[in-house]
Amino acid sequence: MSHFIDRRLNGRNKSAVNRQRFIRRYKSQLKRSVAEAVNKRSITDVDSGERVGIPARDISEPLLHHGSGGTRDQVYPGNREFETGDRIRRPPGGGGQGGGQGKASKDGRGEDDFVFELSREEFMDLLFEDLALPNLVRNQLMGTTEFKNVRAGYATDGSPSNIDVVRSLKGAIARRTALGAPSRARIRELEEELAALLAGGAGERDARVVALREEIDALKTRVAALPFIDSFDLRYQSFTKQPEPTSKAVMLCIMDVSGSMDQVRKNLAKRFFILLYLFLQRNYDQIDLVFIRHHTIAQEVDEQDFFYSRETGGTVVSSALNLAHEILRERYDPSVWNIYAAQASDGDNWDSDSNICRDILVDKLMPLMRYFAYVEITPRQHQSLWYAYQEVMALHPHFAMQEIDGADDIFPVFRELFRREPA
Amino acid sequence: MSSRIISESLEWTFPLLERFDREIGRIAHDVYGLDTYANQIEVITSEQMIDAYSSVGLPINYQHWSFGKQFVATEQTYRRGQMGLAYEIVINSDPCIAYLMEENTLPMQALVIAHASYGHNSFFKGNYLFRTWTSADAIIDYLVFARRFIAECEERHGEEAVELLLDSCHALMNQGVDRYKRPSPLSLAEEQRRQEERAAYLQSQVNDLWRTLPPGPEVGDEQREERWPEEPQENLLYFIEKNAPLLEPWQREIVRIVRRIAQYFYPQRQTQVMNEGWATFWHYTLMNHLYDEGLVGDGFMMEFLQSHTGVIYQPEFDKPYFNGINPYALGFAMMRDIRRICEAPTDEDREWFPDIAGGDWLQVLDFAMRNFKDESFIAQYLSPRLMREFHLFAVRDDDREEQLEVTAIHEEQGYRALRQALAEQYNLGSREPNVQVYHVDRRGDRSLTLRHFRHNRRPLDESAEEVLRHVHRLWGFKVRLESVDEQGRVQLVGECP
Repeated sequence: MSHFIDRRLNGRNKSAVNRQRFIRRYKSQLKRSVAEAVNKRSITDVDSGERVGIPARDISEPLLHHGSGGTRDQVYPGNREFETGDRIRRPPGGGGQGGGQGKASKDGRGEDDFVFELSREEFMDLLFEDLALPNLVRNQLMGTTEFKNVRAGYATDGSPSNIDVVRSLKGAIARRTALGAPSRARIRELEEELAALLAGGAGERDARVVALREEIDALKTRVAALPFIDSFDLRYQSFTKQPEPTSKAVMLCIMDVSGSMDQVRKNLAKRFFILLYLFLQRNYDQIDLVFIRHHTIAQEVDEQDFFYSRETGGTVVSSALNLAHEILRERYDPSVWNIYAAQASDGDNWDSDSNICRDILVDKLMPLMRYFAYVEITPRQHQSLWYAYQEVMALHPHFAMQEIDGADDIFPVFRELFRREPA
Repeated sequence: MSSRIISESLEWTFPLLERFDREIGRIAHDVYGLDTYANQIEVITSEQMIDAYSSVGLPINYQHWSFGKQFVATEQTYRRGQMGLAYEIVINSDPCIAYLMEENTLPMQALVIAHASYGHNSFFKGNYLFRTWTSADAIIDYLVFARRFIAECEERHGEEAVELLLDSCHALMNQGVDRYKRPSPLSLAEEQRRQEERAAYLQSQVNDLWRTLPPGPEVGDEQREERWPEEPQENLLYFIEKNAPLLEPWQREIVRIVRRIAQYFYPQRQTQVMNEGWATFWHYTLMNHLYDEGLVGDGFMMEFLQSHTGVIYQPEFDKPYFNGINPYALGFAMMRDIRRICEAPTDEDREWFPDIAGGDWLQVLDFAMRNFKDESFIAQYLSPRLMREFHLFAVRDDDREEQLEVTAIHEEQGYRALRQALAEQYNLGSREPNVQVYHVDRRGDRSLTLRHFRHNRRPLDESAEEVLRHVHRLWGFKVRLESVDEQGRVQLVGECP
C-alpha cells in the first residue's frame, strides 16, 4: 500500500530561487559591511577580509513574542540537590531570560552575526561593484596595439617549425592502412588459393601456381611501396593573432613627505593608494608600482621608505612631477602601459611652484595618463596648489581631485573618483 | 530454513525498502491496529533535504527570501558539521509523504519508515487537532494554488511589492490563527472558483465600511458606536484580510494564503511532545517486533538502538548541550509509561490513574493520541514515576526577586504543581503573547488599536516595534499597541507611524 518514489534525480536546487532572492536582499547589507570593513580595518586586512558578518537583527524576521521580565515558571530535568523553596542565584546571562537557560542557549546562535563566507574575489567584487576603470572602455574601442598568439587547431600548411609530429604520423598510419587494404585483402585471397592448390598436389611448375606467385609478389611490392610519410599527412599547429587589450599598468604613487605630513596623514594616503592598487589589480595582469616621495627634491624609493621614513623640509611639488615624467619617458611607453597616478599631499607648496606644476601636468603628464587622482588631506583652507589643479581639471576630464578629512572619507572619495562612467 | 532475516547488509535497495515497508505495515495494522493514510515514501539527497528544510518542510511552497535565508543557514551549519540533518521529514497529507535521505543505512531507513510512515502518519490521521484544523487531502493542492497565485501576483505587481507584503504577513503568522473556531476545509477548485467572487465582494464590503458620507446626522451615534469590533479579535491576519481599508483584492488573497498556511501548522505546534513521542514509541515497538519475529538480526538492532538512543537523549539542565526538554525523550517516556501503567501498575499508579491502571494499553494509548494536545496530555498522563525518573524541578523566575526560587521538585508534595507547571509550559496560549484587535477608530483617523493582555506581567519583546510597522503596512493607517496588565491598567506601548 506504500508507494516508493526515487526523487534523487529531480532537480536539486528547488530553493535556488529563494536563495537567490535572499542573497539579492542581503547584498545591500553585505556591501555596507564590506564598505565599513574597508574604512575601519587596518590596511593589511583589506586584501584578506573574507568573512563578513551581518548582524542577525538586520535580516531577522520580527515576530510577536515575550520579552524578558515578569514572572515565569519553568520545569527542568536533572535535579540533584535542590529542595522545594531553595533559592538559586540567577545564572549570568540567563537572568530573567525567556525560557531560562534552554532558550538562551538555543537563541544564542541566532543572536550572533549571520556570518557569510565571502571569497576574496567576492569581497573585492562587492567593494568595487559600481566602479570601473575610467576610460578603460575607450582604450579597448580605440584599437589595441598588442596581439597575442592563440592556438587555433591544426592546418594542412604552415611553417616547418610548427609541424605537429604526432598528428602527422597518425595521419600517415591512417593513409597507409587505407591505401594498402585492398591489396592486402587480395594477397590473402591469392595465398589461400595457392595453399589450396599446393595441398591438392599441384607442382611448383604448375602454370596457375606460377601465375599466383607472380601476382602476390607484385601486390606485396605495391604495399611496400606505400610511402611511410607523405606531404599529404603533414599537419601544422595553427595559430591566430588575437588583439589583446594592454594588460600592463603602472601606478605612480606620489606623496608629499615634508614635515607637515605626519604619520596619520601618511596612513590616510596609504589607504588611498592601497585601494587604488587593489582596484588596478583586478583589471590588469601586471602592475608596476613606482613610489615617488618629495619635499623640496623628489626621490624614487621603495614602499617601506615611502610610507615610513621620516623627512623634513619645505615642499616643491613640481620636483616630483618632473621626476615622474622622466621615469615614464625612460621606462613606461604609454602605447604599452596604462599609466595611472595618484598623488597625496596636504596642499602645501611654494606659491610660485604651483603654476609650474600646472604647466607640467597639462603639457607633459596628462597626455600620457589614463587617470590622475589627487587627494588633499587637510583640515585647513586650500592653498595655491589646489587652485592650480582645479585649472588642470577643467582641461582634462581624466584628472580628478578630492579632499579627505578622515579615514571614513576615503572610500566615498575613492568611489567618487572612480565612479562608473555612464556608457 | 535457517533464518528469516530480511537482510544482513547495511546498504539499502528499493526492493529491500519495499520488503521492510510490507513487514512494518503488516505489524502496524494487523498486530497493533494503527490506522494510517496511504504512504508515499520518497528517497532524496541531503541537498534536497536542505531544500525541504528551508521551505518549512512543505514539498512545495511559494517563493520568498526568508526560505532562502533558512537554506543558507542550514547549508552552512550542515557543511561545517555543526548539525546533522534530520533523518526524515513527514508531511501531514493524504497520502502521507515521507522523505528518506539516501545517505541513511538500511536499519535507519526502516526506522524512519516505522517512525514517519506509520507513527506520525497515524497521529495525523487520528489526533483531534489535525482532524479539526487541517485538511490532509487538500493541502498539496492548496499549496500548488498558493504558489501559482503568488507567482502571478509577482508578475503583475512586481516581486518587491509581493515580497514586502509577505514579510508583513509572516510577522503576524502566529497571530493569524483561529484558536477556537474550526476553519472551513481547503479545496483547490473551491478556492479558485471563489477567489474572484470573494475579491469583488470583499472590496465592495470594505468600501462600504469606509464610506465617507454618513447616511445622516444621528444623535448619539458617537456614544453608540464606542468600540468596533465589538469583541476583541484574536486572529489579526483574518481581521486585516477582511477589514483593512486599503488592500487590493490580490493582497487580501495573499494575506489569506499566509493565514491558511499558519492555520495548517497550528496543530503541529501544539502537539510536538505527543506527535514525536507517539512516532518514537511506535518505531521502537515496531522495530522490536521485527526483531522478535526474527526478521532482523542483532547487528540491525544495534544500529537501530544507537540512533534511537541518540534521539531520546535528554541532557540535564546544567549540561552544556542542554536545550530545553527534548520532546522526543519526554513523549517517548510518557507513551511507554502509559503502557507500563496498563500492563504492570504499581499502587502509586492505581492511586493516580485509577481509570487506566491495568487497562488495555493499546486502547488507552489510542484514546490518548486521539483526544489530547501536549498541554492536556501532560496534565493528564505525566506520572510521579516519570517525574522522578527525569528528576524534574520547577523554577520560578520573578524579575522583582533577586534569586530564582525552586517551587516544586519530584516529591510527594510537588507532583501536582510540577505537572501543572510543565503542562503550562506547553500551553501555546501562555507561551505566546496574547495580542488582539481591540478597536478601530472608524469615524476618526481610522487608526487600529491592538491590545496585549499581559500574563504574569510578561512584556512583549522589543521586536514588537518592528512587527507594528508591518501591521501598519497592511492596515495603511495609524496603528497603536497598548498593553493591559492584570489589574486592567492600559498603557500605550508603541505607535506607528
